[in-house]
Amino acid sequence: MIWSISWRNIWRNKVRSTVVIIAITLGISAGVFSTAFFTGMMNQRIEQVISNELSHIQIHHPDFRSTMELGNYISTGAELTRKIADIPGVKGVSNRIVIQSMISSAETASGVKIVGVDPEDEKGVTDMEENIIEGEYFNGIRSNPVLIGNKLAEKLKVKLRSKVVITLQDLDNNIAGGAFRVVGIYKTPNSTYDETTVFVRRGDIARLAELPDHAGHEIAILVENNELVDTVQHQIIAMDGDLEILNWKELSPEMGYLTEVMDLYMYIFIIIILFALLFGIINTMLMVVLERVKELGMLMAIGMNKQRVFNMIVLETVLLTLVGGVVGTLAGSGLSKYFETHAIDMSLWAEGYSQLGYDPRVFTSMDVNLMITVIIMVLFTGIIAAIYPAYKALKYDPAEALRIE
Amino acid sequence: MSIIEIKNLTKIYDGAGLEVKAVNGIYLNFEKGEFAAIVGPSGSGKTTFLNLLGGLDSPTSGEVIVDGVDIWKLRSRKLINFRMNHIGFVFQSYNLIPVLTAKENVEFIMHLQGRSKRERDARTKELLQAVGLADRINSRPNKLSGGQQQRVAVARALASKPKFILADEPTANLDSKSTENLLDIMEKLNREENITFIFSTHDARVVKKAHRVITMEDGKIVSDVTQ
Repeated sequence: MIWSISWRNIWRNKVRSTVVIIAITLGISAGVFSTAFFTGMMNQRIEQVISNELSHIQIHHPDFRSTMELGNYISTGAELTRKIADIPGVKGVSNRIVIQSMISSAETASGVKIVGVDPEDEKGVTDMEENIIEGEYFNGIRSNPVLIGNKLAEKLKVKLRSKVVITLQDLDNNIAGGAFRVVGIYKTPNSTYDETTVFVRRGDIARLAELPDHAGHEIAILVENNELVDTVQHQIIAMDGDLEILNWKELSPEMGYLTEVMDLYMYIFIIIILFALLFGIINTMLMVVLERVKELGMLMAIGMNKQRVFNMIVLETVLLTLVGGVVGTLAGSGLSKYFETHAIDMSLWAEGYSQLGYDPRVFTSMDVNLMITVIIMVLFTGIIAAIYPAYKALKYDPAEALRIE
Repeated sequence: MSIIEIKNLTKIYDGAGLEVKAVNGIYLNFEKGEFAAIVGPSGSGKTTFLNLLGGLDSPTSGEVIVDGVDIWKLRSRKLINFRMNHIGFVFQSYNLIPVLTAKENVEFIMHLQGRSKRERDARTKELLQAVGLADRINSRPNKLSGGQQQRVAVARALASKPKFILADEPTANLDSKSTENLLDIMEKLNREENITFIFSTHDARVVKKAHRVITMEDGKIVSDVTQ
């Protein structure tokens, strides 16, 4: 019956309770939606990094990443690539040549990372073919084709089929240069990447750098899903423990921290919202208690002990808070669900987003665990908000409370 | 043996250095089945006396012994349970729980006592019939007249099967017809079920119906007449 009284008490003053519930609903739905928005943005960034830049796992010569020396290649690259392709769960493997070099057009020059790939193998690892906005993926130019980012194209002032020259230090430390023709221009959400990374065929760059055919500085591996990364990584380590075999979180620790930091920010954000709501709820419940002193006195007079009075006020506060909290969570979740498939267009700030590597078209991402956590946090807010008003209600003795008009 | 024994009951209010003896050394006994009115001018200490008797307000000194138990020697929780199980209250302004129906108001105290649903239903029905409100069991207080609300309050006071009922000016907010009706019901319950009623009042009609009239002035009993 205490449940029934508490629930009905909420609706004694419909306007007041509705205003509080709306405030909680708006606060919580904004919190839930913001969380889904930022989680979506972050997940997109991670997916984009995996599908365009890092893949799930990369293998290097132990000294390559620190020195970027041309000679620090994986001598068993071709053989290892074939073996890895046979591991269950592996979606694609690409044996790449990676050289820091200079690219120049008739207008200007720029420092870039040359990635020499087997175009077919690379398709299984990155989305580069889908990122082409002009031209075709290594198709249409027979000799020395090169794929460049749109940002680099703008910087070099080159177009499709324009000639560019790649200059590098070969294996014997001699300066070598080769003419390449732009076969395609790509665009990823990360404009910095687009400005600094070019793709060529591995045979073309191996010849220029005088590297052996089988050589590779980087073997990139994409697996079927993120859960398989550790398993596949361990299987590769078992094949050749002398190489540096790292997953995407180890290659780019900031991506791993991003998840943790974003979660922390989201909790802080929601706690701030709940903290603001807390005072509104305390104020409302104090008014409720002060309006009902006589009634509380009557309840205590006829035999309701202080513990039960306390529980009744707490229950009433929790129910009031939970109604807003649950409606807010559902509204926020519904909105987030809709935007999981309908992008939120942030094109107005596209330049900034792109420079930071984020896609300006954001799809929200719902985290059910977070929704449950939010509801539990709302529940605790209700309990905390109830303590002071309930304590106030207990300060009166029945005779004193019954005298109050 | 008396159902209630009151010995040297005193209540002193101490406000701004001024002592007010609201109840001043009262000795009084009540027997089972009494229908007693406490009368006196405003400020004579009637309500304070009833509060002391009902365990709602603590005395400065003295004893209130109900069926051999000195209620003011009970610890707080035990006193609340004692009130719940042995004393019924009827208040001047009805004080029903506004969000509950007549039926729920009556059965509320039985809920607190932990009675079974079957027992609650049967007793609620019996009591609301006794106060003539069997047809209004699902009405909330705001849909009932003042007289009807006070009859629900009487049924609620009886629900816990108390040893006696204390009613503080129960007819003060009622018109003459409702007063007459309520008094008839209370008198009938007293006569037929031997329930003890002790009420404070200003109302001459109530005084006329009472079997015993105790008059208070300045916190003291100035007369105690059985009629």
